[in-house]
Amino acid sequence: MSDLPRRDPRLEWIARNRLHPRHEEVLVALGQGAASEWPGPNGLVRKNPHRVGFIGPHGVKRIDRSGTQQGAMGGKASTPVADRKPLIEIAEPAFLVAVVPDMAGGRLSGHDKDLLGLARRLADADPAAQGAVVAVIFGPHKETRFGEAGIDRLLHLDSPEVTGYAPEARLGALVMAEQAWAPRHWLLPDSKLGGGELGRRLAARLDERPATGIWQLEADAEAATGWQCTARGAAGSLDIRRPLPRIALALAECAEPVSETRHTAAELALPQPLPSTLSRIQDLGQVSVDPASVALSEAEFILSAGNGVKDWQGFHHAAELLGATEGASRVAVDDGFMARDRQVGATGTWVTARVYVAVGISGAIQHLQGIQTCDKVVAINMDPGCDMIKRADLAVIGDSTQILEALVTLVTQAREEKRDAA
Amino acid sequence: MQPESAMTPGLDVTVLVSVGRHPLTGRVRRADQDARGVELARSLANAEVRLLHAGERNESSDAALRGYLGMGFSELALLEQPEGADVLPALAEALDATSPHLVITGERAERGEGSGLLPYLLAERLGWPLVSSLAAVESVENGVATLLQALPRGQRRRLSVRLPAIVTVDDAAPAPRQSAYGPARRGTLEASMGPVSNDEEWAKWQVQPARPRPKRLKIVKATSARDRFKAAAAKSDGGGGQVLTDVTPTQGAEAILTLLREENVLQ
Ligand SMILES: Cc1cc2nc3c(=O)[nH]c(=O)nc-3n(C[C@H](O)[C@H](O)[C@H](O)COP(=O)(O)OP(=O)(O)OC[C@H]3O[C@@H](n4cnc5c(N)ncnc54)[C@H](O)[C@@H]3O)c2cc1C
Repeated sequence: MSDLPRRDPRLEWIARNRLHPRHEEVLVALGQGAASEWPGPNGLVRKNPHRVGFIGPHGVKRIDRSGTQQGAMGGKASTPVADRKPLIEIAEPAFLVAVVPDMAGGRLSGHDKDLLGLARRLADADPAAQGAVVAVIFGPHKETRFGEAGIDRLLHLDSPEVTGYAPEARLGALVMAEQAWAPRHWLLPDSKLGGGELGRRLAARLDERPATGIWQLEADAEAATGWQCTARGAAGSLDIRRPLPRIALALAECAEPVSETRHTAAELALPQPLPSTLSRIQDLGQVSVDPASVALSEAEFILSAGNGVKDWQGFHHAAELLGATEGASRVAVDDGFMARDRQVGATGTWVTARVYVAVGISGAIQHLQGIQTCDKVVAINMDPGCDMIKRADLAVIGDSTQILEALVTLVTQAREEKRDAA
Repeated sequence: MQPESAMTPGLDVTVLVSVGRHPLTGRVRRADQDARGVELARSLANAEVRLLHAGERNESSDAALRGYLGMGFSELALLEQPEGADVLPALAEALDATSPHLVITGERAERGEGSGLLPYLLAERLGWPLVSSLAAVESVENGVATLLQALPRGQRRRLSVRLPAIVTVDDAAPAPRQSAYGPARRGTLEASMGPVSNDEEWAKWQVQPARPRPKRLKIVKATSARDRFKAAAAKSDGGGGQVLTDVTPTQGAEAILTLLREENVLQ
């Protein structure tokens, strides 16, 4: 059957006629349920106040005036929010704004999204001559929402030369992009490694004086590029107002991220393959550091223990095996199982881990405050109703001791298989 | 001394030092990152370390520079420059003349524009490789240095670099030793004139003490008042996470392991 909606004028007429004997039946058939509002025969809107609302979980009638309840009764499949954002296609851009996001952990970070918001401001300033935002990303990634971040064109370079720490090869690729498309602006995040470094290298190579540490941008017709920026200088103690140069390194929160539109993020390729350059810097790989020596506020992966941990030996063993830094809730610290400097939360440390595993922690607000900025939270808990489960991206309901044991067994198995294979 | 290090010819190291500024009082001092660079150079075995500064000369900057002498040096080479000059040509010329194996600089100056560009411009001009945010030098053999680079989150990466090279240090490098008063008084500042190039753009910019940045507001873009209220009153974000009930410990552990692998946190 085709999914074209078919209208039956007779049924619609019955649906409008409240006094028709088949009225109720037809309403249900049309998927309008017990409608509380319908257009009357003379174009007047008729209402039945008795039918407004729904019966709540405790048997009490609840009225929701936002209109969502009514819409939900319509029975039509609602389109997901992402699709409802208007898609903007820029086929013939007047100019290009190049952005090189950091892609820490293979995803667009908050800093990257702010930067893309800034790029959109530059690109969309003149509706008559709209620019396109080109993002250049290196290495494998896990991001799926490039378009929603405001990217029109995506140049993804994935060859082995540019993966890992390869500033010279990446610089070579950016110079090729510059020669191929000559973007009007180059925007990079002024972050510690990645954008901050690559942007300065690019500026030195192209012999442009960049602006670093930008946090504000204003339109200014007198400046050469049409923009005036405010940048931090002298270790953050000065504000420097200057015309925006071609290459700009911006701080986090320099602009609002894109939220109302979608863009195409069409794949782009360099006109020529990358030249193979002899790199003078060789990446010998990451060195394993003792996770226990990493400061809690800096740690990337935290295994945190609460009152629900019964087998402390097993917990320490699991943390060591997984290579996680240990954290704790206040109760675990007060009871003397963990050191005071391991406490996470309002009166402890505010952590920034990418992955936070909470073992037997109920998720008191004082604790949740401390993990606000964590990306992925995993909860292991007996109680499916606790607040930590609501915060968690993955929650496993069960006994912490057994689950940690199973985790240790799985990891050990996987490592042994790998060793046997090697 | 171990026999091997005695065999290798001495490593010529130049540390570029600048005049710093105390973040709270604003008084001049030795710059923190530069002092860390000096400390790093001191820790290298069999290295000959020289200090080089280019900039304006006056009483307070002399006092700050003597702070570096107090870390165990008898002299510091000083290229005199007028106020507000671009020190790049002077430094590049001096480094060209002495051609050290390794140049160590701080990541960013504590005064002036503080853009952190100087090491990159020097590297480009001299044609040397540059490694940023260095934590330690592990070894130097046959003109190749093995370095440890500090990554965010306390991680380290090992790199090997062909010398001569420029490296920058930041707060991950070892903390500097205290400056001793006696050597600081006794040491000499060897002043000479370098080529001067004025920084004209800097003079045109508007510079003022940093304003506090506005806090970002949580803007809720919702069409109805009810949605806005719900968003404002929401306890915390999240929700919509996967909850596994009634699973065996092994199944639960498998799900956790998959997530850890996806996030690449397992070593
Ligand atoms: C002023 C103030 C400041 C505070 N600051 C902090 C702070 O900085 N950090 C902090 O953490 N707390 C802080 N607290 C304390 C906080 O309010 C909570 O009391 C504390 O976080 C609770 O710790 P918990 O989740 O480990 O313990 P509980 O609340 O006892 O939770 C234990 C959890 O473990 C589960 N569990 C039990 N047995 C098992 C098992 N065998 N397997 C799996 N799960 C199991 C339970 O279901 C429960 O959810 C503060 C309190 C105050 C008043």
